[in-house]
Amino acid sequence: MSELAERLLAGDRRALARAITVVETGGAERADLLRRLHGHGGQAHVVGITGAPGAGKSTLVAALAGALRDAGERVGILAVDPSSPFSGGALLGDRVRMGTGEGLFIRSLASRGHAGGLSRATADAVRLLDAAGFSVIVLETVGAGQGEVEIMRLAHTTVVVTVPGLGDDVQAFKAGIMEIGDIFVVNKSDLPGANITARDLTTMLMLAPPRPWSPPVIQTSALKGEGLAQLVKAIGDHARWLREAGRWAGRAAELAQRRFEEAFAEMGLRRLRAAAEASGAWQAAMAAVARGELDPDAAAEQALGSVSGAWTSV
Amino acid sequence: MRPIRVLVAKAGLDSHDRGAKVIARALRDAGMEVIYTGLHRTPEHVIQAAIQEDVDVVAISLLSGAHLTVVPKIIAGLRAQDAGDMLVLLGGIVPDEDVGPLRQAGVAAVFGPGTDTAEVVDFIQGHVRTGSPA
Repeated sequence: MSELAERLLAGDRRALARAITVVETGGAERADLLRRLHGHGGQAHVVGITGAPGAGKSTLVAALAGALRDAGERVGILAVDPSSPFSGGALLGDRVRMGTGEGLFIRSLASRGHAGGLSRATADAVRLLDAAGFSVIVLETVGAGQGEVEIMRLAHTTVVVTVPGLGDDVQAFKAGIMEIGDIFVVNKSDLPGANITARDLTTMLMLAPPRPWSPPVIQTSALKGEGLAQLVKAIGDHARWLREAGRWAGRAAELAQRRFEEAFAEMGLRRLRAAAEASGAWQAAMAAVARGELDPDAAAEQALGSVSGAWTSV
Repeated sequence: MRPIRVLVAKAGLDSHDRGAKVIARALRDAGMEVIYTGLHRTPEHVIQAAIQEDVDVVAISLLSGAHLTVVPKIIAGLRAQDAGDMLVLLGGIVPDEDVGPLRQAGVAAVFGPGTDTAEVVDFIQGHVRTGSPA
């Protein structure tokens, strides 16, 4: 694992790809790899792209990534698509619209049952790309509805993409997703109604409580390459604003604390369960619940009570 | 156990991707993560996608007749980038006399028209181990 970390830090793409598989798989190898990479990176600008299915996110991501690359950035793309809840398999088709992606690193991630528009390993994968020296990491969520706001926590800049004709009063943007956009994009601007959608959005943003950053509304046609220069500029403006307002460093600390919480919860759960299984309390509780002798909450209390004190050493 | 990852690649100039899509769907339904490249990819692009996606299997679909040129090029590129362990499969119209040379070049199996998708699923599951990612 130390060799993999070294190769990744040296810019080896094969090693980076392997490392993403390692964090997706989880376990001790993941923990070891991330420990070795601790302290590397921290420079990358993470840009999240979210929006309804079919809004043209993949095409926009590819066009945006190309424009950023031409502006001298080292661009990595993480694209998340849903896993099937039935087979666990996934059809990851974002590369189809991203073309050949010359000079870009593109990795497709399956959501693997994780809700919120991202996969569980997405945060880890961002860390790997960051450590590997990418200056911009573009994160594309699964086609999001109104509740997928996890992207906001992971990205410095969240771009919310919509298209003309998704409903009056911009239905898709009512709650949640409307509040997380740092930049709003009306894609497929060559379609009729783009001006109206952009105007509706602008009006809604004006009605929202004032925020220190006012999100711009930009019309793009990713297919024709229109509006990209404005989008690139807006993303740069937002990064500059975050740094000047002192929010860049704060975000890193927040993210690190959230990762600690997740790690603590996961490790704690695993150890508690192992201890309960070792003492037989887990099996006894499961059987009692199945027979209807105990309600599930009482059974959990009992099983937990039986391991208290003993589990710290597991 | 992690899911098996498969790149389904349309290499070459033909535009017939029905077969590729049928296979992609069958592999997904068998619990695999399938990355589809889209049409008309060059060998270089297929190699790059396979590396970046860190797949276990590269399934090439080719109906243009260029398999003897394109497929060995892809395999050589994978080997040059330390990815010679990826299982390379070929689907499409391949004359019997070409199968030998392709196998020699490193193709693990050739599946012709009318192949039952279950056969492809079985072959992959029988040849890929995902116990350890590294």
